[in-house]
Amino acid sequence: MSDSQAIAVDMRGITKQFPGVLANNHVDFSVRRGEIHALVGENGAGKSTLMNILYGLVHPDSGEILINGKTVHVGGPRDAIGLGIGMVHQHFMLIPVFSVGENIMLGREPVTGPDFYDRAHARAAIEDLTKRYGLALDPDARMGDLPVGLQQRAEIVKVLYRGAEILVLDEPTGVLTPQESKELFGVLRDLVKTGKTIIFISHKLKEVLEISDRITVMRRGKVVGHLITKDTNEEAIATLMVGRAVLLRVDKAPAKPGEVALKVDNLTATSDQSVPALKGASFELRYGEILGIAGVEGNGQSELMEVLAGTRHASGGQVLLAGRDITTMDANTERDAGVAFIPEDRRGTGLVLGFSIAENSILGRERALTFSWRHFVLNLVAIRNWALRLVKEFDIRTPSIDVAVRNLSGGNQQKVIVAREIGSNPKVLLAAQPTRGVDIGAIEFIHRQIVKERDAGAAVLLVSAELDEVRSLSDRIAVMYEGKIVSIEPPDTPEERLGLLMTGGGARAGAA
Amino acid sequence: MTPVTDILHLLFTANLWQATLAAAVLLLLPALGGVISERSGVVNIAMEGMMLTGAFFGVVADLAWHNPLAATGVAMLAGALMATVHAVVSIQFRADQIVSGIAINIFAAGLTVFLVNRIYGLQDVGHVGQSELIPYINVPGLDQIPFFGKVIFQQNVIVYVALALLVLTHIVLFRTRLGLRIRAVGEHPQAADTAGINVFAIRYGAVITSGLLSGLSGAFLAIGISNTFVPNMTGGRGYIALAAVIFGKWTPGGAFIACLIFGLGQAIYDNNSIIHVSPYLLSMLPYLLTLVVLAGVVGRSTPPAADGLPYVPGSE
Repeated sequence: MSDSQAIAVDMRGITKQFPGVLANNHVDFSVRRGEIHALVGENGAGKSTLMNILYGLVHPDSGEILINGKTVHVGGPRDAIGLGIGMVHQHFMLIPVFSVGENIMLGREPVTGPDFYDRAHARAAIEDLTKRYGLALDPDARMGDLPVGLQQRAEIVKVLYRGAEILVLDEPTGVLTPQESKELFGVLRDLVKTGKTIIFISHKLKEVLEISDRITVMRRGKVVGHLITKDTNEEAIATLMVGRAVLLRVDKAPAKPGEVALKVDNLTATSDQSVPALKGASFELRYGEILGIAGVEGNGQSELMEVLAGTRHASGGQVLLAGRDITTMDANTERDAGVAFIPEDRRGTGLVLGFSIAENSILGRERALTFSWRHFVLNLVAIRNWALRLVKEFDIRTPSIDVAVRNLSGGNQQKVIVAREIGSNPKVLLAAQPTRGVDIGAIEFIHRQIVKERDAGAAVLLVSAELDEVRSLSDRIAVMYEGKIVSIEPPDTPEERLGLLMTGGGARAGAA
Repeated sequence: MTPVTDILHLLFTANLWQATLAAAVLLLLPALGGVISERSGVVNIAMEGMMLTGAFFGVVADLAWHNPLAATGVAMLAGALMATVHAVVSIQFRADQIVSGIAINIFAAGLTVFLVNRIYGLQDVGHVGQSELIPYINVPGLDQIPFFGKVIFQQNVIVYVALALLVLTHIVLFRTRLGLRIRAVGEHPQAADTAGINVFAIRYGAVITSGLLSGLSGAFLAIGISNTFVPNMTGGRGYIALAAVIFGKWTPGGAFIACLIFGLGQAIYDNNSIIHVSPYLLSMLPYLLTLVVLAGVVGRSTPPAADGLPYVPGSE
């Protein structure tokens, strides 16, 4: 094949300096027409910056972009759309209160008369697209009412409607269930068959290996490797991404379960929208074991963790901690009783972003006598020493403990929470999505800490949207579906069986 | 007679409803601007100041040129100029929109008093001649309809204009491409930007439009209903208009209904001579209604998702 013909995207020597960060450092990136090209790297490696440059949202300091062999200037999204580049963003660019049709048409709306939005024409255009690519959608549905999988489909149709030949998908599977991811991959393969080119940004190496033809790896603003998918493996990519060998499997000894720590009996609670979310969950958690909860997000896991942590009221049922009823205890009393909580929303509930690392490191324990004089005046020296110790022990990368956590990377923010919670030597550790959005290197570290805590005799309850994480970390797996524990499975249960249980199939009656 | 029967009696007079509509229109014009501005994602609490500036410059221009049409144009431009300041500060420099709005209101109050002293000395601003006011026009034929003829068709020109603008605003916001884009920018500016829509241009346009409408309302107040400028003569109507925007759930029709309710309160107060209640109590009525409304009597209403949030291109 002649080179210039076959290359759809060719970015040469792209450099972009942000204040304090060299986001892209002479990056060369090329994608062949009709391939699925994966762009992988840790958070902050420069993937998003590179793609934002391609889409015109960010302007490079130097370097050039060639589309189909021609040098182009991408001044903004409008230019990119004109060049046939479409982007499906990680955080959907969809308006929940608009209809599916309006969302897809936005920016290229069909018009009649002076300036009237032409609904009939819009509907016809979408029907045509959905037929051509086999992506069924109801143009009149309200976007916010659709499940995430369909919202993403709408994003893809939106991009196709604009005539995109080159599709950039930024972390497209982050919000999808395993089933939805499978469907997405089918869609992507079909799109490539119709001649589209796809750039697939991800840090999930399994998926990258499954879907891509070639891989470009970035680290700290530089391209560190070009790989051909069929000739590589997870370990090789991970090593390039992190810059050192990474242990992808969790290395742990068999659990030695002790007494029952938490006994949850027929627990019920409502969600923020006041609809029942927990509908009679029952299980036992023992000291010295990790019980993982698998489930599609929104099946009551969040509410379960919050009730156990004392930040949400139970509407019924009972929670016993070592035989003592803690159902109605508030978060403060529970902390005193030895329950630690890593919340799923680290920026919202886990940290005060404007506070320093030192201040965040004692949140919830600020009245303990170690940190304050007569529960009243903070002992700043003790707090600083404590924070310094955590930073060292938990490898939090920061210039100082006085830095506001807002300025830390996501992985380091998470480490601050993990350090604070584990550092309190809890009897029970509640970990909700402990590694969400965290880099491979930090994931490895956090996993080791959780296992270490188990080995020290703590009871660990883990909730994760990543089935892989649940399977590799847990000693037992509880499957949650519609607010109940539908089954308890061993950790080596096949993914297919778990997937089935998670969506309400295959549960034996009364398996809980 | 008791005050209650006084008011009941008043409610059956066409005069009261004629005054209600006029008072409502005074609020409706800035409220329509507020709906447009907030739908695009810019909170506009500066309508009070824009209205006041419009009122002042309308009077100045009318006294100088003896031309109410030109004076109205000047009033609108003055409002638009204030709006541009709000736009630059809150859109370009991403300042807090509430703070920017309050600053503009305080600035407008000070500026107009300063200019009154500067231009007219310590005397009165002076009165605009009857023939140089924005005229009242009876619509031939329709004004003879019993009751409604007097209420709707014996009004100031601005009232007819405002009612037309009400319909126009609704159509533009909910039936046109431009309206779809304005709403998109107010809900999710990133989505609009990535779809190739110029977020800044839409927001500037929306805020400046609200300035034009507030200025028009100022002109109606100063050289339509009244015939002179008095410091702080808007008396919080810009704020009440903002309450009407919220009460009306960010729709032109809803805002109009809210304006009618507030206008009724105003009209009852203006007729206080035939009600045996302290006029001071009655004068609280529009503001009291505003408080009741804002306390959530209309149920929770959801503002546009990006209302009040500056847009930073390239951010997630």
